Amino acid sequence: MSAKRNKAKPKSTVDKRTLFSVISASSVGTLIEWYDFYIFGSLAAILSSQFFPKDNPTAALLSTLATFAAGFIVRPFGALVFGRLGDLVGRKYTFLVTLVLMGGSTFAIGLIPGYATIGFWAPLLVLLLRLIQGLALGGEYGGAATYVAEYAPEGRRGYYTSFIQTTATLGLFVSLGVILLTRESLGVDKFAAWGWRVPFLLSILLVGVSIVIRLRMAESPLFSKLKTEGNLSKNPLAESFGKKQNLKMVLLALFGATAGQGVIWYTGQFYALSFIQKACNVEFVQSNMIVAIALLAATPFFIVFGGWSDRIGRKPIMLAGMALGILTYRPIYDKLYSLSDLSQKQEFVDAQTIDRKSTKQDDGSLLTTMTTNHFYEGGLIAKDIEKTVTESPGGKSSKPELTKTIILPTASFWLMVLLVFIQVVYVTMVYGPVAAFLVELFPTRIRYTSMSLPYHIGNGIFGGLTPFIATALVATATKANEVAPGSVAKPYLEGLWYPILVAGVCLVIGLLYLNNKPYTTAED
Amino acid sequence: MELLKKYFGIVWILLGVYVGYERITDSLTKISSDKLEDRVFGWVILCVLVPIVVGGLILFGKYALNGEYKSNE
Repeated sequence: MSAKRNKAKPKSTVDKRTLFSVISASSVGTLIEWYDFYIFGSLAAILSSQFFPKDNPTAALLSTLATFAAGFIVRPFGALVFGRLGDLVGRKYTFLVTLVLMGGSTFAIGLIPGYATIGFWAPLLVLLLRLIQGLALGGEYGGAATYVAEYAPEGRRGYYTSFIQTTATLGLFVSLGVILLTRESLGVDKFAAWGWRVPFLLSILLVGVSIVIRLRMAESPLFSKLKTEGNLSKNPLAESFGKKQNLKMVLLALFGATAGQGVIWYTGQFYALSFIQKACNVEFVQSNMIVAIALLAATPFFIVFGGWSDRIGRKPIMLAGMALGILTYRPIYDKLYSLSDLSQKQEFVDAQTIDRKSTKQDDGSLLTTMTTNHFYEGGLIAKDIEKTVTESPGGKSSKPELTKTIILPTASFWLMVLLVFIQVVYVTMVYGPVAAFLVELFPTRIRYTSMSLPYHIGNGIFGGLTPFIATALVATATKANEVAPGSVAKPYLEGLWYPILVAGVCLVIGLLYLNNKPYTTAED
Repeated sequence: MELLKKYFGIVWILLGVYVGYERITDSLTKISSDKLEDRVFGWVILCVLVPIVVGGLILFGKYALNGEYKSNE
């Protein structure tokens, strides 16, 4: 499809083929951005040992900052910088820049030598590249959503923009797939030594393809029309946040929709995995498979709910997703926990087996792994793994490192898939219609700037803090139980209060203040 | 309904003030912790989340109280 053919077409005449090319170009880029973003989180444990040794306090500080900063703090700044650029220069070129920045920095992380080779420079470079990733991600989503919405025909924005909404989930899914495939084909030891670089380096191929696709696209028809008429905003930031008329809509978008959407999104897609791995101790591959299957099965619902929101309105679907989360999170997580709770299961003590394996490591030390297998009713297996490193033959041994993993039987595995699937359906309800909702809230001349900020504060900050605040709440409840046993009945469920309360406030504000009909602006 | 939307503005202002008080005291405890993760977390809450929640909710409540969110349906 040629750029010439697309140039400045009024939206009513845009054919379906052009529209799907626009969606593909936007979705592929956004998918890659999310892929790039997730692999860092998924490989956090390996990366911290490669770049951030714990015995160095400065490196440890940089590690913590890299996790926090790029995860959510810089995203709103990216939204401001690239949103402004998008409203001044255009959607197409702005989100081309964000793609290059994101892909380039991910590829570069895969090339950085470890702390053992370049010392302090390793964590510093990783932190810098993570900041660039966060900035780029802050600019990408608003551009893609705006670009597709401005091509979409009247009354079908929810359906067409919902394809963009699938990309975050697909990005997570692809990143899990690539990591698992690389890990399985290379083996755990090689993957930990150098194989973790492969998912980072692979991203450059995906980015290359995406750049070619995006370069062939034309500017959005609504932006081109404004430009031709000379109606572009001269200062989108001042217009978005300096004028009460727009600022009040920014606040409504944040407290009536995106904050709740953010916590529901992070609970369903991130906290669920973390809970299954840390609270339930389910084995790495099995826990990732549970989340991956649930994500894959639920992803089409983004389009279902996006399309449905064109007919019945964005508000009832988004708020229903929040309400369902508020009402069912505690029973869902309680059930998840009970499926792996060994205290509720009968062990076949006679069947217990012990495996011992010793491997010589590259530095000459000897790694001894002792695995005790416990067999329980229903086919559940619990493994107690004890790792000890001996510096040299006959030398001093390290303190044993103990881990517990659980392998679920088939029935419990699929029940966990169902419980995560239900949560991801809630995610699709709040997230499917949100791009169209935000696009319709603001006029074309300041849309990129205005919609990007509430989205990234809601999703990035309110949502991004979910795992940290939830973990802190669980730790506080566990500590309280240690001081006064039984004072908190189920401490592992305490982390859910954060998403429940944020979504609760957002639900009330949404019910009271949001209109169900699309917001219309003078230009649209 | 319009009246309810208006008077709920007071609730959002009070909620902003309460969250501010509660989060600031909690963050200060975290900032004085021995653990690095807790200290960084405390600063993040204090410098990022608190201003957004407090400032945002108070401003939102003020606009609601002034009747800025009248329905156009």
